[in-house]
Amino acid sequence: MMIGSGVLKGMVVTFQQFLGTYPAGRWLLRMLRIPTGDGLFTIQYPETKQQHPERFRYFPFLVYDGTPDNLRCVACKICEQECPPQCIFIEVAKDEQGRPLKAHGRPYPKTFDIDMSICMSCRICVDVCPFDAIEMDNEYELSAHDRYEHMIFNKDKLSKSAEYFQTIKPTEAAVVDQRLAAKAAKKAAPPLSPKPSE
Amino acid sequence: MLDQLFVQLYALALDLSRRILPDWALPWLSIALTIAAIATIAPIIMMYLTWLERKVIARMQNRFGPNRVGIYGLAQPLADGLKMLIKEDIVPDGADRLLHLLAPLLAVIPAILIFAVLPFGRNMVAVDLNVGLLYFLAISSISSYAIFMGGWASRSKFSLLGAMRGVAQIISYEVPSVLSVVVVIMVTGTLSTVGIVEAQAHTWFVFTPWGFVGALIFFLSGIAEVNRTPFDMPEAESEIVAGFHTEYSGMKFGLWYLAEFLEAFAICAFTVTFFLGGWQGPALPSWPLFLLTALIVATAREVARPLRALFVVMSAWAAMTFIQEPIPSWLWFFTKTYALVFVLVWLRGTFPRLRVDQLMGFAWKFLLPLSLINILAVGLWVAWPGLPGTLASLVLLGVSIWVLIRANSPAPLEPRTYVLVD
Repeated sequence: MMIGSGVLKGMVVTFQQFLGTYPAGRWLLRMLRIPTGDGLFTIQYPETKQQHPERFRYFPFLVYDGTPDNLRCVACKICEQECPPQCIFIEVAKDEQGRPLKAHGRPYPKTFDIDMSICMSCRICVDVCPFDAIEMDNEYELSAHDRYEHMIFNKDKLSKSAEYFQTIKPTEAAVVDQRLAAKAAKKAAPPLSPKPSE
Repeated sequence: MLDQLFVQLYALALDLSRRILPDWALPWLSIALTIAAIATIAPIIMMYLTWLERKVIARMQNRFGPNRVGIYGLAQPLADGLKMLIKEDIVPDGADRLLHLLAPLLAVIPAILIFAVLPFGRNMVAVDLNVGLLYFLAISSISSYAIFMGGWASRSKFSLLGAMRGVAQIISYEVPSVLSVVVVIMVTGTLSTVGIVEAQAHTWFVFTPWGFVGALIFFLSGIAEVNRTPFDMPEAESEIVAGFHTEYSGMKFGLWYLAEFLEAFAICAFTVTFFLGGWQGPALPSWPLFLLTALIVATAREVARPLRALFVVMSAWAAMTFIQEPIPSWLWFFTKTYALVFVLVWLRGTFPRLRVDQLMGFAWKFLLPLSLINILAVGLWVAWPGLPGTLASLVLLGVSIWVLIRANSPAPLEPRTYVLVD
């Protein structure tokens, strides 16, 4: 073992990596039957974006079926209660007498605000929602100049269609849809025979 | 014509001004022209040295490097310079304000002055001093004063630590650096840089045994003298923030960087001058070079198409015009120098920083004896011209390198016994 061979070996490695980042260099290395190194791994962000995995989550959004007024949310406020950083604010839509207004046969929120600068993306709201009305989005380019104008998302901004949910998270949406379909089937066809215990 | 392009431009400028200026002003004008040329070229070299270094290092780490400002990030140095200029100039409380201001200036001025004796090409030297080599050694050693002045004047522990490390390192490495150039003086019998280059018309010194060893010693100790990785103890950022320039900001910090990069360039340039034949080179035709640049520009995807076409046409025209011209001497010089600059960056991209004791040991226990033996080797080479001298110096150097490495390698550690465990 010659002294200094380690030094030269290190220099060869860096030069190999250097050449491997150029097309001509890669061609040369391939001709010489030397491994081409890892090549450039930088993703030049605004122009090209990384493909994130399906389960990647950022902030929650509200799911509607068909039209934006047909929100699955019934303003039960469970998510508001459970939210660890307390970033959700919900008001039920009520008439003058204080009775909840109904759309598509169920109550709906008058205001549904999420402060995105407080939300910590924990997904607890999604887990506790009995109606599968709130889901996690994977939209992450949300930077804004104003914390109050732009970072507090209101109902309009949060509402996204069920189809959108299906496109961004097909596996999760399929499970949710199956559950909702089972629930709807149960509701449409009440049990014909009385339960055995009665 | 291509070879003497700049020399003729200079003569033309003097010739034109002879018609409008009085006689007594002409020598002054010629001096001013030379100074202006060097003072413009030096910062441009430095600016693109930073760009080159960032690009090459980035590629070695599989990144792109600067590529946002201008095509291929070519305007990045300008943006950096602008940033330096408009930043706040902070002087620490209790610092010696005058010395704090003077230190970066003292670092930059010698770095630019060095270029006065550098032969950029045939007949392309600002002043052909007959003590050019001595001048280079004397001027380049001023940087240790600047470093210590800056470190002391900052009134900061990191600065002072860095400065003390820097002075110790520069003084140590100056010895082998100077001794390694002695061999060149012995063979050429001149201290003039132009004379040294002309003496290498037949063989570059690096192709002789003593020249190879001398070039290695000179280059390595040069890297250490200009405080570049892996010898960057004075500004070790993982240990002492930024060393001697910790307390500098704004353009003063920029000046430190200017000095550092210019010195790094100067080390490469003088290694080329003393050992790699300077501007000498084989008389190859220059037209393939024009075609090569045309090819490179033609494949540059980020340059606008019409610009590329224009450049290709111009290169083709130049290749046709200068079809009988050899590669100009200044191009040889810059090619060799930038090749060494690449090696410098390559070393930086490869090696971690040395420990202080390793650094000092390398200078005093390896480079210094080797450079002394190298003087003996060149004596043998001169005494017995031809093959016997070459063989004798080769054997002497080979044996002494082997002995030095054996003598320096640490004793193998004995296997440790754990008394309480067994």
